[in-house]
Amino acid sequence: MALLELKDVQTFYGNIQALKGISISVEEGEIVTLIGANGAGKTTTLMSICGITPIRSGRIVLKGQEISGLSPNKIVGMGVSQVPEGRRIFPQLTVSENLDMGAFLRSDREDIKRDMEEVFAIFPRLAERRNQLGGTLSGGEQQMLAISRALMANPHLLLLDEPSLGLAPLLVQNIFEVIQKINKERKTTILLVEQNANMALKIANKGYVMQNGVIKIADTAAHLLENEEVRKAYLGL
Amino acid sequence: MKPRSILTDIGKSLVTAVLFMVLLFPLMVMKVNVSRGVAQIQFRWNLLPIVGIGAFVLSYVWRIALEWNERRGNNRSGGIFSRTKAVAGVYLAKSAVRTSSYLLLLAFVIAFPFLFGMYHTNVMITAFIYVILALGLNIVVGLGGLLNLGYAAFFGVGAYTYGLMWKYVGPSFVAAGIDTGWLFWISLPLAGIIATLFGILLSLPVLRLRGDYLAIITLAFGEIFRMVMQNSSDFTGGATGISLIPRPWFFGQKLPPIKAATYIYFIAIVLVIITIFVVRRIEDSKVGRALEAMREDEVACEAMGIDLVKNKLITFALGAFWAGIAGVLMAAQTTYINPDSFTLWESIIILMAVVIGGTGSIPGAIGGAILLKLLPEYFRALSQYRMLIYGIAMILIIIFKPEGLIPRKRKQYTFDKKEVTR
Repeated sequence: MALLELKDVQTFYGNIQALKGISISVEEGEIVTLIGANGAGKTTTLMSICGITPIRSGRIVLKGQEISGLSPNKIVGMGVSQVPEGRRIFPQLTVSENLDMGAFLRSDREDIKRDMEEVFAIFPRLAERRNQLGGTLSGGEQQMLAISRALMANPHLLLLDEPSLGLAPLLVQNIFEVIQKINKERKTTILLVEQNANMALKIANKGYVMQNGVIKIADTAAHLLENEEVRKAYLGL
Repeated sequence: MKPRSILTDIGKSLVTAVLFMVLLFPLMVMKVNVSRGVAQIQFRWNLLPIVGIGAFVLSYVWRIALEWNERRGNNRSGGIFSRTKAVAGVYLAKSAVRTSSYLLLLAFVIAFPFLFGMYHTNVMITAFIYVILALGLNIVVGLGGLLNLGYAAFFGVGAYTYGLMWKYVGPSFVAAGIDTGWLFWISLPLAGIIATLFGILLSLPVLRLRGDYLAIITLAFGEIFRMVMQNSSDFTGGATGISLIPRPWFFGQKLPPIKAATYIYFIAIVLVIITIFVVRRIEDSKVGRALEAMREDEVACEAMGIDLVKNKLITFALGAFWAGIAGVLMAAQTTYINPDSFTLWESIIILMAVVIGGTGSIPGAIGGAILLKLLPEYFRALSQYRMLIYGIAMILIIIFKPEGLIPRKRKQYTFDKKEVTR
């Protein structure tokens, strides 16, 4: 059984249909990537999974349980955590407070403390700046903080929205390595939305190509990297 | 400063001065006298240089101040202020010094009504009421980031709870021969609860609103409350309000006004201390942190699993609770309430106390409230310029000290070294 399954999901912003019936399945332990141009509906897909933009029709099933229609806090409580697009850290809170907010729904103090040390081990830079305000961090550090904050929820499924946005190539490399590491070491399933299709497909098991609110192609990441259409349209090769 | 920039500054100030002289010419220099139906223009040329020189000096001082502010921004550590602050900080860090200064302050506060008499005691009570109000609003605006321009309405809910209790329940107390002084103690928690309910009521329609829209709705709420109180004259006494509200009795004993003032003063102190304590606990709690997170980014909050609806309800309810408490205190102190005490101006002054003191900062809210209430009392001679001075003070604070007079200090988290390096 898939960990997460979207069946014919449709989402609207007012009268504008953003998702025109998409179906995605994410297996336990996988990295699945969602690629596509601007406005294809990638972010909306993630927001729909989280319940932040409620879906109008279709089904979203997490661990065999229907989650469409639940409020975001319930869905987060079931082990889904998101790194939103554009990082959206809390600028006036310190790094540690930001991380604390990630663990908002957890009450196991000792485990939270241990997890915080764990993310500080992944990103030692954050440990140095734990008392600094989030807004004073550089873009790369903010991305690290956003990922760490999501990890603090101790998720089964991590939704990453464009982690490479606005970062220098070297940092992008670094972030992707960390994503792979999180997947391997913590056994966290990852759904990764990316514009940087090349990098995303290289670390993913499976990929979906989105266009105008529908899934155009669904295949393994290796096949997508070979696919002529994908190479032309999204990899620029 | 380089000499060239001095010259440009002087030049620009001269231009400002000329502009002012031209613009103010019809207002300051020309004076129209009407005598026997004939208008005669009198030119008061002697005012022209005064306007010019005044504008020039003010404009020049303003430029220098702006430049000083910019330089200070670039070089924060070097200033004499920050150095004194650092020295004071080291001094205050010693717990003995801190405890003794707190004790000294407490002793002064306790001795105050016996040293200074009834007028000053009443002034201080008003200041304390505003401290409670500012601390309550600070939860809404400082932590939750929800701009509430109708805060005085909750203050009014509290005051009217006591007032109406007196009007409707009081007579049966008198008939039954029970002290009317008990009404105060019944009303105090009751007003808190009713104000909280009103807070929740207000938060329901504004759950999806932020910023300007929220400000407008809360403003409207404040005005609606006042209008309803003013126009339902059968129930609330309308514009004439409710009078002869009893002061609290001291253990079944009615006190003469001067002693009652002292008594209310001490009740106010206790309430202020409780408020400070509770508000601090809220700020350091998970709920408080969630409120701050909501202020920063609502979408990120939802992604973290923070329930925004619950959060907003909590914010408004907590803020309203303290306003209700302050309202009872105010009704007991003045023994008279009417809708005019709960206008938009009241809301704005409480908001100003929070902003001038430092948004989100507890000592800031206390300082701001005391400043805004005490200065007008002791500078009554300038009372007709009050709003002008408030306005100028606001502009100056926002330009030169945007984080407020006593900005919020963030809590520092310390870890054992051992735990971190792994």
